[in-house]
Amino acid sequence: MSEQNNDEREITLTVNGKTYRETVETRIHLADFLRLQLKLTGTHLGCEHGVCGACTILVDGEAVRSCLMLAVQANGSDVTTIEGLADGEELTPIQKAFSEHHALQCGFCTSGMIMSLTAYIAENPGADEEAIREAISGNICRCTGYQSIVAAGVAVAAK
Amino acid sequence: MGMRYFGTSVQRQEDKKFLMGQGRYVDDIEFVGMLHGAFLRAEIAHAKINGIDASAAREIPGVHAVYTLDDLGDPYPDKPMTTAYASPLLKQTICQHLLAKDEVCFVGQTVALVVAESRHIAEDALSRIVVDYEPLPAVADCRDALDDDAPPTHLGLESNLVGNFYGKFGDIDAAFAEAAHTFKVDFHEHRGGCHAMECRNIITNYDPGKDETTVYLTTQSPFLIRRLMARYFEEDESKIRVICPDVGGGFGPKNGPYAEEFVLAIVSKQLQRPVKWIEDRREHFVATNTQGDQMWHMEIACEDDGKILGARGRVIHDMGAFVPYGLLLPATSVFPLPGPYALPALDVTLDAVFTNKTCTSPVRGAGRPNAAYAMERLIETVARGLKLDPADVRRRNFVRKDQFPYTTGGTLPSGDPAVYDSGDFHSLLDMALYKAGYPGFKKRQAAARQEGRYLGMGISSCIEDTGFGPYEGVKVKVQPSGKVLLQTGAASQGQGHQTVYSQIVAEELGVNIESIVYQSADTGTVPHGVATAGSRVTANAGPASQAAARLVRKKALKLAAEVLEIDEDDLDIEDGVVRAIPESGRNVNISLGDLSFKLTPLMNGKVPEGYEPELEATSFTSSTGVPHASGSSVAEVEVDVETGEVKLVNYVIAHDCGNMINPMLVDGQIVGGVVHGIGNALFERMVYDENAQPMSMNYGEFLLPIATEMPPIQVLHQETPSPHNELGVKGAGEGGTIPAANAIIAAIENALEPFGVVVNDHPVDPQRICELLDAAQDSASAA
Amino acid sequence: MKPGRFTYHDPTTIDELIGLLGSLDDAKLLAGGQSLMPMLNMRFSQPDHVVDLNGIDELAGITTNGSALKIGAMTRQAALLKSNEIADQIPVMQAALQCVGHFQTRYRGTIGGSLCHLDPSAELPLIALLCDAELQVAGPDGDRSIAMGEWPLAYMMPSISESEILKSININPWPQRHGFAFEEIARRRGDFAIVGVGCQLAIDNGVISKAVIAIGGANQVPYRLTEAEEALVGQPATDDVFAAAGEVARKQDAMSDAYITAAYRQRLANVLTKRTLATAAQRATGE
Repeated sequence: MSEQNNDEREITLTVNGKTYRETVETRIHLADFLRLQLKLTGTHLGCEHGVCGACTILVDGEAVRSCLMLAVQANGSDVTTIEGLADGEELTPIQKAFSEHHALQCGFCTSGMIMSLTAYIAENPGADEEAIREAISGNICRCTGYQSIVAAGVAVAAK
Repeated sequence: MGMRYFGTSVQRQEDKKFLMGQGRYVDDIEFVGMLHGAFLRAEIAHAKINGIDASAAREIPGVHAVYTLDDLGDPYPDKPMTTAYASPLLKQTICQHLLAKDEVCFVGQTVALVVAESRHIAEDALSRIVVDYEPLPAVADCRDALDDDAPPTHLGLESNLVGNFYGKFGDIDAAFAEAAHTFKVDFHEHRGGCHAMECRNIITNYDPGKDETTVYLTTQSPFLIRRLMARYFEEDESKIRVICPDVGGGFGPKNGPYAEEFVLAIVSKQLQRPVKWIEDRREHFVATNTQGDQMWHMEIACEDDGKILGARGRVIHDMGAFVPYGLLLPATSVFPLPGPYALPALDVTLDAVFTNKTCTSPVRGAGRPNAAYAMERLIETVARGLKLDPADVRRRNFVRKDQFPYTTGGTLPSGDPAVYDSGDFHSLLDMALYKAGYPGFKKRQAAARQEGRYLGMGISSCIEDTGFGPYEGVKVKVQPSGKVLLQTGAASQGQGHQTVYSQIVAEELGVNIESIVYQSADTGTVPHGVATAGSRVTANAGPASQAAARLVRKKALKLAAEVLEIDEDDLDIEDGVVRAIPESGRNVNISLGDLSFKLTPLMNGKVPEGYEPELEATSFTSSTGVPHASGSSVAEVEVDVETGEVKLVNYVIAHDCGNMINPMLVDGQIVGGVVHGIGNALFERMVYDENAQPMSMNYGEFLLPIATEMPPIQVLHQETPSPHNELGVKGAGEGGTIPAANAIIAAIENALEPFGVVVNDHPVDPQRICELLDAAQDSASAA
Repeated sequence: MKPGRFTYHDPTTIDELIGLLGSLDDAKLLAGGQSLMPMLNMRFSQPDHVVDLNGIDELAGITTNGSALKIGAMTRQAALLKSNEIADQIPVMQAALQCVGHFQTRYRGTIGGSLCHLDPSAELPLIALLCDAELQVAGPDGDRSIAMGEWPLAYMMPSISESEILKSININPWPQRHGFAFEEIARRRGDFAIVGVGCQLAIDNGVISKAVIAIGGANQVPYRLTEAEEALVGQPATDDVFAAAGEVARKQDAMSDAYITAAYRQRLANVLTKRTLATAAQRATGE
């Protein structure tokens, strides 16, 4: 490939309720697009090979790893990131439960954890502890030991 | 006195931004004109560099510069880095050049830097740099490093020995001569790396007008890095400002200096542009310090009842390729060896050796998990050898609570004698055993074995020297608005400093926690700090927060008494307002904000007589000695003898970190620490091949603990206040990790007792368990 | 860890795709992206062209054709897991899908992507092999059909050329009343299995009338344990019989790597064969 040629596309997508029309280099993955181009830095990159789950976001309501999608593939999609959850200053039940249960320490995995649980509990209300553990088994946290995150998830799922 | 905060599970003040995606980590920060760096790293563990051709890389549009060591200019080609902690015990303190000079000594070593418009372009350019390597023999296993035929890890070395560390006290020869029993045990310990979810990240921004470099860094010790940079660059410390924004986990390896921040500081100055470098996860596996391997050969002497008389042995410790961090790891692996036991004599020598692998520095617990594992192995060995209950062997050897302060006979790295200040090891163990159901376990285990299920329980006890000095600076300042500025030098990587020190200050001063504004970890604005490492901050910044708040309170009460014309003793501070107490019969008050205003008048005012301006105080008060935390853990496992799989059924830890400032946050530290220890015992293994080529460089192959594999973890607390600070606090950050490995390994051994399996080495995986089962069966049938 | 430069293509029909594949050199097909995207990010794969299959609607979906189920190659793993047809007719596939990655990766990952990537430990190639799937492949010369048994040529190398595309996976389900089981040993939930075993059993009056066993992860490609399948027919469904089948599994060749020895893989193949047959037998007899 010639180094001069940037392969670019114009895409239109909705992120947290706002519609964007942007030109993107096609090799940019969705997480980098959100972070570098839309300045939505709440989505974090922990491994960039699809294992740690820190970059989890919702695409058309489904939890996906945003480092494993190209930005161009989100054309026409409705994307939700951590920045799009709270209603103004009013946190969602999962966000509140994370604070109540001390389910975050350094905060780096938190966005992905919350996005995973948001999607999972929406689809599986009443999920029990085993299910919640499984739901976050694709999200790595080095700080908490998971127990408090599981407690937060179980508390919200039981509501 | 206002609302009581100390000892309550206050929700964290720092949470909301993270919950809303508003945390600001280094990679979230941008500057106008910022460029992006990518490092070319050694791909061979040991090789001579015959040449580097970066011409094709420089041709790529968007590339601003490519640096090899020579390109950095004088004096850097002849100026290697220096170790963070020099020691006379170091025989060969080899530190790396900022970029490789003529030779690479581990995969991951920095060779060149590309600076470009974007990280993508910088990586495009990396693949165009051609390095002419001439491979050299490498040392991959620390056990081979001192062999006669071992290749030199660096060209020209006569020996791969870095230095020795010794743990010696008591009459070891007499102990072994008089012993009723002696036992030998060898074990290999491997500990993984950092794996904070945020890797190491840097922005350097040189301001030519001020001739000042600002470094945004994911470090645990901004003041240490500033000092090391100032020393290396022969600059005044005021010319370098290190700022830690939000940091996504530290766990030890973010505590020391790395070549990358030095290179970026030089480059930002040369290009006069801000430069960002974000360590990606693949780099993290090799570029960020790990903790590596240790091989222990130990021998223990004891009486018939398991009372220990002495322990001796030799340890080989893998230092990696360079010595960035002195002998901290060897020291913390040896001096804490006696653990919670009254050990009459010890004689252990550690050989720290070079290998051609990633450099090492402490990971959660530093050498203490290794030392604890070693001592607990000896306890298990005695119990097995004498057919005693491992709980009883521990009880017989524990330091008793009437023995505090207890002098072990050993010395700390500072040269001071090791003295345990407080605790009750017997009751901690009993708490844990009771909660874990240890008393009725043998029956349950026997019933399960009838069904072909193999349950096991393992114990591990430890102490932890926490809160080592010298200090952490804390400044408390009431502002005219009434808000209280709280500054600490200590950097947080998620521990909840803001909440904990706000709790102390709010309670001591008499304000609401919401009125505290917190700043930390910016060498340009906050008082001097040392490092967030070794479970040391609470026992230093805690007392300093209390002392600074107390000084401010005293000043506020004195001034208020004069203003309100009342006796100081008739005043109290509540919700930020100084008021007369009801008993005084007066109904007067003045807010702390108004008092601050009086002490910071403008041109038309004057400072009250006898006062310095500002309602503020700075304190460096620290603990007067080493507060020792302690704990006992009990793990229950079920082993599938057909597949070797280990299911963690339950984990109980009884822990004593003195008075707890915020029990919820303490639990968070303990549980997180336990899971780190479970990773050490069962999962985290960095595999290298025989040429020291790293194999496990992704999260599919390097296994971190995940939620589904973790047991319920029950945390029990005993609060034995440390006499070394008024708060009675001790550190809590590593007490979960330190004992975990033996609890799990011993539980596996207990489960497999009918087969006579002894595990010893860790991490242990299902395959290894099957091999041990097969070997046990073979030797049984041979006998 | 950022992808190298490539040119992106997003055809919307199979014809357009086949045309593109004929005209491009060094192209990679992007299905669910759960394997290719990490390779691109880490620059292990640096193709000149990336051809995205996600816009080709006709490649996705589950349809029934008489007794056969036709699964479009771009059908997501999450869709398979939620499908009533799969649950009713190929329950062993559902059991295996629970072990594929995590729910977040199953939203993107596809069955065709998994079959073409052909990781020896992957669950879906094993299930396709177990179910005697017929694979429909489209190319410049039209469609061809290939049995799953012929699909793996070597380690991670399927029998497909660079100008072809996997269109669908066609499976004739077993009759409603049969026993099935899938089990795997992985270090952690969602990890690639060290070894996985799937089986289906039909039992008449306590006697095994039909048996299929597929083993993945043990060797370079997933394989059928035909020797044991044949030996099981006519035997009673007892633990001894299943143990003998396990011993057959143990004797098969196995691979070793930096982490796992051949002997351990053989051990697991034995244990899982024995265990899945026992579970399947219970299900077959309604116990």
